[in-house]
Amino acid sequence: MDWNWSIVRDFLPQLGEGVLTALEATVLGFFVALVLGFVFTLLRRSTIVWVRVPFAFVIEFIRSTPLLVQLFFLFYVLPEIGVTLSPLAAGVIGLGLHYATYVSEVYRAGIESVPPGQWEAATALNLSRRHTWTRVILPQAVPRSIPALSNYLVALFKDVPQLVAITVAEPFFQARELSAQTFRTFEAITMAGLAYLVTAFVLSFFGRVVERRYGRVYQ
Amino acid sequence: MTAAADLITFDKVCKSFGGNRVLDDLSFSVAGGERVTLIGPSGSGKTTILRLLMTLLRPDSGTVSVGDDYLFHEKRNGDLVPASDAHIRQVRSRITMVFQQFNLFPNMTVLRNVTEAPMLVQGKSKDEAVARARELLDLVGLSGKEDAHPSQLSGGQQQRVAIARALAVDPDVLLLDEVTSALDPEVAADVLDLLRDIAKTSDVTMLCVTHAMKFARDVSHRVLMFCEGQILEDGTPDQIFGNPREDRTKAFLRSVIDEA
Repeated sequence: MDWNWSIVRDFLPQLGEGVLTALEATVLGFFVALVLGFVFTLLRRSTIVWVRVPFAFVIEFIRSTPLLVQLFFLFYVLPEIGVTLSPLAAGVIGLGLHYATYVSEVYRAGIESVPPGQWEAATALNLSRRHTWTRVILPQAVPRSIPALSNYLVALFKDVPQLVAITVAEPFFQARELSAQTFRTFEAITMAGLAYLVTAFVLSFFGRVVERRYGRVYQ
Repeated sequence: MTAAADLITFDKVCKSFGGNRVLDDLSFSVAGGERVTLIGPSGSGKTTILRLLMTLLRPDSGTVSVGDDYLFHEKRNGDLVPASDAHIRQVRSRITMVFQQFNLFPNMTVLRNVTEAPMLVQGKSKDEAVARARELLDLVGLSGKEDAHPSQLSGGQQQRVAIARALAVDPDVLLLDEVTSALDPEVAADVLDLLRDIAKTSDVTMLCVTHAMKFARDVSHRVLMFCEGQILEDGTPDQIFGNPREDRTKAFLRSVIDEA
């Protein structure tokens, strides 16, 4: 089996586009996960049983079904009830929703890592509920969540190839196009894999920088 | 203290933890400006009283009042109903607490620990809050530590900041929950000296749970000896420490002094 460098060279622009698309899906999906994950955390902490229990069920349901099935559902089933999403939108929603359930777990652990004495001191100073959260609890819970969150960022990125199934033009989609045109499967798939590897390294480096900068309770 | 109006009143308060009755139909009052030390064996309900007053716990039955207000109840159409959060917050604004484990906010500097509540809760301006905080930090002997974080301070220093933080909200009632139990004896003695000074120069009502009997004797107007969720003996420090009536009190005082 020989390695054809000229095929590789010609593939690079297409591959670059694929990487950008993958990053777009990652960043947007992770943003959805961060926001929705917080909403999930609040819903599960609700004092109202009729909110807490059904949402605990919904969250468990999302977490326990495969991402691929969820993506198929969003992209191929929803149009049948009149909701048509672009491939990228379906991918972002799918990744975001799926990872929100994990992120919510991270937030929960972060909040529970704040010692009870902090809540008590906030009560002793008569801080409002809102200020207790925004000034005392979250500033301590969020930094403690950052290492786990940065792991999930990389994990989410590595789930992006599943978006091939809903025709998002990420690197593996591009690689399959290339091999269909040229039958150079070896180069195409290897290059797509390398693109993921390099980008994942960059993302986890970025995660570590954020961790170092914001991962401590006091700076 | 003579003829001062009752500021704090417990009326037939019961509190159990999982079948274990910690406060048993407890009634007592504390006058405004009075400094009261609660003593007694562990599990006798002293800390529970402070935690109820701070609303960190709710009573199972009975009422607690602060001034003219019930802490956990409101009068509505002549009926006593469970209080709203807003009512509890309003009554609670007169009370604050210093904890055994300091509980400073680690995400804030020393200065912000002291200015946060005055600014957020009492609506003081930043300048006013900062000026008062500097005064209080000076009082507790920590001028120059404004920009430090709690983790950079020793235990004794952290507790001094916690005392400044509590005084910054101008409480009518200051609750001290074993505030020197987590400190080395020498450091504890310094913190107690500071609290003696504060007691002498302010008219804040103090409820104090402590094992530091000499401190209790020096600062209190009144000592309450607790046993099994009830008040066993109630008297002046001289009477309780010098001439305890109950055998149980004598035994307790002996054990505390042996330990010290």
